[in-house]
Amino acid sequence: MTNKVRIASASLAGCFGCHMSLLDIDERLIDLVAQIEFDRTPLTDIKQIGSCDVGLIEGGVCNAENVEVLKAFRRHCNILVAVGACAINGGVPAMRNQYSLAECLEEAYLSGSGIDNPQIPSDPELPLLLNQVHPVHEVVWIDYFLPGCPPSADTIFTFLDELLSGRPIQFAYRQIHYD
Amino acid sequence: MSPSFKIDGVTVPFEAGQSIMEAALAAKIYIPHLCHNPEFHPHGSCRLCCVTTDGRSVAACTTPALDGMEVANETHEITTQRRLLLKLLFVEGNHVCPACEKSGACQLQAVAYHCGMLAPEFVHFYPRRAVDASHPETIIDFNRCILCELCVRASREYDKKGVFSIGGRGIQAHLMINSPSGKLGDSRFSAADKAARVCPVGAILPKHRGYEVPIGKRLYDQESISRVGDVAAHQERDHDE
Repeated sequence: MTNKVRIASASLAGCFGCHMSLLDIDERLIDLVAQIEFDRTPLTDIKQIGSCDVGLIEGGVCNAENVEVLKAFRRHCNILVAVGACAINGGVPAMRNQYSLAECLEEAYLSGSGIDNPQIPSDPELPLLLNQVHPVHEVVWIDYFLPGCPPSADTIFTFLDELLSGRPIQFAYRQIHYD
Repeated sequence: MSPSFKIDGVTVPFEAGQSIMEAALAAKIYIPHLCHNPEFHPHGSCRLCCVTTDGRSVAACTTPALDGMEVANETHEITTQRRLLLKLLFVEGNHVCPACEKSGACQLQAVAYHCGMLAPEFVHFYPRRAVDASHPETIIDFNRCILCELCVRASREYDKKGVFSIGGRGIQAHLMINSPSGKLGDSRFSAADKAARVCPVGAILPKHRGYEVPIGKRLYDQESISRVGDVAAHQERDHDE
């Protein structure tokens, strides 16, 4: 057993940009991995999340599988963090809430331009889309929010560094932005 | 001796008839606000400037300053209250900052940064109000409107046109255009109007331009609105140049 802090992460209706911003902390990652261990993340090959200290969630909730993954993260993580604009308020993907789901699917798969063999995908293997995109806090309790699209690497590093050291989490003015 | 009062212990002189807000602005003390613009009559709708004096909460923009009064502004309780109001404004509209041309120079966003809001945390309304792009030079996204009525006041009091009004009741209250079709393009609105320059958020925007200022150099990128000041004042300055 190690006493390293165990961190999981997931991208729901995200663009992986928040994960890229996490990697943007660059060589500080090397110091970080001395203190932490990754559980299920897109960066590891672990398929099912185990017991974790921290879960980082990127992206809003747009389909049934997102709901399942998010609930599994909540069950397994002591601290669950909404990372980025999408997780916080649905973000740019939530702009589809301006339309009905039928309108979106019809535009993409039936009536859009350049479509061959128009049909709305219906294989049960595919997760069904929800009527609207939701922020993660509308599905599970969230302990902390890191705004930004994406949050800057500095913001993510400050958060992890202060969390790991047990200091109060505080950001400089320029570390908090919603865009 | 001219009359004076205190904001968070700092002595602020004032002239008879000035509101708490007017005296604070003159003394360069920042009281967060959205619907207040010193060029227009106070409105009192955003409630962000609420301060406490004599044991109760009052809007600084509509409450006259009194000699010897003690006003609390930046306390933990008041900032928490302001964050709550900001969260309500954010969930009421579609404030997709990453895709908004006003981001970085938006007063709603800047006040939220100032008050330390990390996320809106309430259930989102996701209103579905159609964008009005009928005017050749100006566009209106009603889903970003915070009902501050600054465009209403500017059009009525300054432009003498009365292009805008607020219609509907409760959560249905919304900005309306005074034209036969209800469209901006059919109204007497012009992009040279004062009403085109007072919107504190990304609701009324110039067409054909956007994202012109590099990230890092936008109005509120480097410093808090408490030092930079209102976006409307800067929009007025840009217009004069």
